[in-house]
Parts: sequence; C-alpha cells; structure tokens
Amino acid sequence: MTASPDPVLPPGERSGIVRDGVAVGIATGAYGISFGAISVAAGLDVWQTCALSLLVFTGASQFALVGVVAAGGSPLSGAVTGLLLGTRNTLYGIRLAPLLGWRGWRRGAAAHLLIDESTAMSVTRETTAAARVGFLSTGLAVFALWNLATLGGALAGEALGDPRTYGLDAAVGGAFLALLWPRLKDRRNQLTAVLAAALALTLVPVAPAGVPVLAAAVVALVVGVVSHATDPTEVPGRDDLPGGGEHQR
Amino acid sequence: MMWTAILLAALGCYLLKLAGLSIPSRVLEHPLVHRIADLLPVALLAALVAVQVLADGPTLQVDARLAGLGAAFVALLLRAPFIVVVLVAAVTAAGLRLL
Repeated sequence: MTASPDPVLPPGERSGIVRDGVAVGIATGAYGISFGAISVAAGLDVWQTCALSLLVFTGASQFALVGVVAAGGSPLSGAVTGLLLGTRNTLYGIRLAPLLGWRGWRRGAAAHLLIDESTAMSVTRETTAAARVGFLSTGLAVFALWNLATLGGALAGEALGDPRTYGLDAAVGGAFLALLWPRLKDRRNQLTAVLAAALALTLVPVAPAGVPVLAAAVVALVVGVVSHATDPTEVPGRDDLPGGGEHQR
Repeated sequence: MMWTAILLAALGCYLLKLAGLSIPSRVLEHPLVHRIADLLPVALLAALVAVQVLADGPTLQVDARLAGLGAAFVALLLRAPFIVVVLVAAVTAAGLRLL
C-alpha cells in the first residue's frame, strides 16, 4: 500500500491517465442529467437540485435524498439516508490516504472529490504521482460535467411538466437498481438486498414515509454480524465505471 | 426544511470523506466495521428500489412502475449503460400509461 516516492511521471503515462479520467467524467455526465430531472420531479427546485450536486457531490447519496422525498418522506430522513450511503466514501478515503499522501489544505480540498469514480481511477496506481493525477483528473472532470448535467437535467425536467406522464417516477426505481447492480455479484450481498427490500415493504403500511428505507440499514448490521467471511473492502474497479474499462492494461 | 436537509447532507457527506483521508486506518480496521459498511449501500439501495417502485403513500401498489423496473432489469442484464437503463424504465412506464 505504500507508494514509491516518484515525483516524475512520464508525459505519455500522464496524458493517458488524464484521458481516462476525462472519459469517465463525460460518461458520468449522463447520470447527472437523470439526477437533475428526477430531483425536479421529486419536488425540489432547480437551485436545490444544483446545490445538491455542487455541495453533496456523491451520486448515490443525492439520489437517495430526492428518492425519499419523492416517496413522500421528510427531507431530513432523506438526508440521513444519504449520509448512511456516504459512509462508503470514508472507507475509500482510508484506502487512498497513504497512496495520495496529501496534507493540510490540499487534503481538505481533495476530500470533496472523493467519490466512486476518483477512487476507482486512482486506487490501482503504483506511484503517488500517478494516483494523484488519476484522482484529480477524474474527480475534476466528473465534478464539472456532473454539475453541468444536473443543471441541464433540472431545467429539462422543469419544462416537461407532470413527471408521471414521462414515467419519471419509474425512472427513479431504475436508477436505484442500476446503482445497486454492480454490488449484487456475491451471494451475501444478494441476500442482504432481498431482506432489506422485504423489510422496507413490510414497514411501508405502518411507518411514516422515509422510515422503511432507513430501517433497512438494520439488515446490513445483522448480516454483517452473523456472516464470517473476511473479504477486503470493496472498492469500485475501473470496469464498474462507464467509460472506465476501455484503457485497461 | 429542504434547505436544512441539503446543507446537513452536504456537511455530513464532506466530513465523511475528510474523515477517510484523515483518521488512522487502524481505527476502522475491524473486519466487522468493514463488512457492515460494505453491506449498508446494498441494503439501502435495495430498500429504495422496493419503496420507489411499490409504495404509494402508506399502501403497496403494483402499477406501471414495476413494469419499468422489469425493463430496467433486462437492460442491466444486457449491460446497458446507466442512462439507457433509466430511460428504458421511464419509457416503459410512460408507454403503459398511454395504453
């Protein structure tokens, strides 16, 4: 995990890493359009939608917040659901910290860019220099395009009118399934997903909106305690990203 | 209320990221902590899918949304990119409502 101190990166390698990062950023922009449209359909205004992408800047948490609100839950329970989903960024940070080696204000600034995509494009690099280029180029490209796309999607969503006519309510479920999909590879995760969905649906008639989703976190707790497998933290690979797998070595 | 939630999520998500880059790794090295943290997104996203597609206020309702989810499932099996999956779900549900 300790990176060799190699401040000089060959220009060819550097531009290759930057190109990959920008490709991932462009592909991620497409998510941003759907996020903007879905957020407006959930009842947030364009400003609130853009503030989420600028300030929260971690896709699954943003989708969760607007998803809970769309289902009639309180914004605060949406925020708590988003925070629980944001805990995985903490684990990415623990993996990346020794590799990136940033201190002080640089670390504070880099933290905002710590997301699935920037992690996937830097965690496999062999030197600190390469990891930093991968992290920054991907993080900045995703940040720029995610925010532009959010604004575009929000304005388009506002112009569309009643979201149900265009099936935007069904699009939210599709978006969550697509976010969940790469995590369904092993059996323990599949079991967790089924139990969590079942628990949430059981609670829908008896608990206030927003609570059934939060309660599903208990399933993660219970399955985590009773299962004994000790596999390492799952970090997204480049293959899990749109546009990320093309330049694999 | 909405702005409070947005700012709370923004501050909290930033601190979670910063904590990862700042705290010594041994604090969170316990395998149980890792397992639960890995399973949390799975449980929450699965619950969000279920509630989003089947809940209608306090009741459960099978309607065009479930067909949209089925179409999204097929799109994912065919390795469609994210935006296509979302569009397929929306178009399927909208199409069914037109019938």
